Amino acid sequence: MDIFINFFNAAVLAGTPLLFGTLGEILTEKSGNLNLGVEGMMFMGAVSGLAAVFLLEVGLGIEIAGALAVLIAIAGAFIAGALGAFIYSVLVVSLRTQQNVTGLALTIFGIGFGNFFGEYFGRTSPIGFMTVSLSARQGFSNLSIPVLSDIPILGPLLFSYNILVYLAVVIAVAMAFFLSRTRWGLNLRAVGENPATADAASINVTRYKYLATCIGGGICGIGGMYISMVTTSGVWVHNSVQGFGWIAVALVIFATWSPKRALVGSLVFGGLTVMRFYVPLGIPMQIYDTFPFLATILVLIVTSIRQIKEHSPPAQLGINYFREER
Amino acid sequence: MSQTSTSTVTRAEHKVPLMRIARRNTMPHLQAWLIRGGGLLCALLMGALLIASLGHNPIAVYADMINSAFGGRIGFNETVRIAVPLLGAALAVGLAFKMKFWNIGAEGQILVGAIAATYFALFQFDNLPRPVLLITMGLAAAVAGGIWGLIPAFFRAKWGTNETLFTLMLNYVAFGIILYLQSDPWRRPGTDFPIIDMFDLSARLPRLFGIHIGWVLVLVLTVLVHLYLARSKQGFQLSVVGQSENTARYAGMNVGRVIMRTMLLSGAIAGFVGFMQVSGADFTLNETTAGGVGFTAITVAWLSHLNPVIMILVAFFIAILERGSIRIQTTFMIPATIATVLIGIILFFMLACEFFINYRLIFRGKKGAES
Repeated sequence: MDIFINFFNAAVLAGTPLLFGTLGEILTEKSGNLNLGVEGMMFMGAVSGLAAVFLLEVGLGIEIAGALAVLIAIAGAFIAGALGAFIYSVLVVSLRTQQNVTGLALTIFGIGFGNFFGEYFGRTSPIGFMTVSLSARQGFSNLSIPVLSDIPILGPLLFSYNILVYLAVVIAVAMAFFLSRTRWGLNLRAVGENPATADAASINVTRYKYLATCIGGGICGIGGMYISMVTTSGVWVHNSVQGFGWIAVALVIFATWSPKRALVGSLVFGGLTVMRFYVPLGIPMQIYDTFPFLATILVLIVTSIRQIKEHSPPAQLGINYFREER
Repeated sequence: MSQTSTSTVTRAEHKVPLMRIARRNTMPHLQAWLIRGGGLLCALLMGALLIASLGHNPIAVYADMINSAFGGRIGFNETVRIAVPLLGAALAVGLAFKMKFWNIGAEGQILVGAIAATYFALFQFDNLPRPVLLITMGLAAAVAGGIWGLIPAFFRAKWGTNETLFTLMLNYVAFGIILYLQSDPWRRPGTDFPIIDMFDLSARLPRLFGIHIGWVLVLVLTVLVHLYLARSKQGFQLSVVGQSENTARYAGMNVGRVIMRTMLLSGAIAGFVGFMQVSGADFTLNETTAGGVGFTAITVAWLSHLNPVIMILVAFFIAILERGSIRIQTTFMIPATIATVLIGIILFFMLACEFFINYRLIFRGKKGAES
């Protein structure tokens, strides 16, 4: 039982950055923008969230308390991710560039942005790498909620995570509600399914595309910050995002564009990334590490073979909308 | 009363939007390249702003970059050495892109090619005469890379599986295989470090004018790919598939077959690049053998508009950037990863340029804009 609980905990912790990335990309794709730059935006968020706390601490010469550090890191990461998505939006929505290539360009830029500033700030630091104080780091440690955390089995299973895990779940539930129950959410889906009709119904297609893409990018950015703050415990590690953004893009397909199913998907893939510590199969460690990627391929193949209408992407995904060429 | 009349006037004016966008007729080539040149200049200016904001003199930094890339024999050779795999990989992804098949797995295809070549270099070098050994290594690399490219193409052709993510995921799988080979089966005997032995001299590519012969091979490859695309029936078929799969189908082409054949070729070229890297540049196999070349090649292919001849220039330009940023890491203490940031900025600007080449803006009140 204990080992199962430990495995589950580790899976949740490893799956959370994937969940952020997947949710951000779901919101983006609902507007019809297929932004392949998730990896890049996560890199931008990862370095910016960490750097925001780092620079404030160095600049003011103080140690920021945990809760405040969390807020600063979220803000920094969100802004950076949204900035990446904004560049993408300007190019794709206003300047009508090809979505695939623009997303790849954003990925290349974001990876460079993350590694460059990660290294650059590391050099300015007296210890040679970018890190935050212990007190700031404590904001990202696992919570101990009175009463709830002490329930046997359920306590450690559900109420023992860091604050960002709960934030991700809240965003997932809120997004599911937003997309299916609110007017704005339905408008957004209309924009992704058929922008010409949405436009005729006086929905501002451009505004919806910009907003959904930028907020989605911001959420991806928080996912990146999770990696630099929790996974690598507040230390900048070169190339730390390494493929999580790409798995998130694939998880959107796995989750069939549903925020609720993204919860399941990220848990499964989180489990796959930590499986080798809990489920010994006698396979070399390096091969074990390729499992999440092999599983992603399997998901891609299976979903493409059995195409179900209700589970299909937004009809106009990846296609730019030109009002003049309707 | 007068107030209502003014408001009607404003309303009437509002019927014509401030700015409209219309598709242009084709722009003269010269003008289009001038716009692209302007875009490149803007990108370099942005880069200069970034450098200046770090407290360095952008002109001095750029000058140092160019100096290091051209200054002296060693600098120039080093730049060419960076450009060779870039050009090769750009040719590979360019073939696929022409077909609108988003092969972003060149990195993995390079790696499996390198693995195949390394097998012969490590374990067969004393069984084969040198020319046979080198040719076998090159062929093995091409076959391995081709198979690695064929896998996603098969699923795309059969079930329409998303090739962008598929090819990308295979990169990480190839990476994992190399880490495994390093850690145990191919580890240098007598060490605990995960490193693979250096190749025997007979498994290394010969040199010509101080650079491994890969530069000749890749130039020959460029000519071949150019001829394949411009002159051959298969090249024509793949560009039709890229324009419209339905058109290709109506014309009686077997679209699935074209996709698989092109990806076999694309992967084979990338695999061959892997061979050139291990046998010409590194003389061993490790996790940095591909070193992001597969990704940067996407940039090269796209900036060249998938034209193999232009790729030579663009690959060389990017190589100058990369070589230069390694230099400024030591002279100005600016991390070398700035090259990736600059490449990203250049890509953004070049993408934006296409808008101004393909569309024109018509402002309100401008007479005679209609045509």
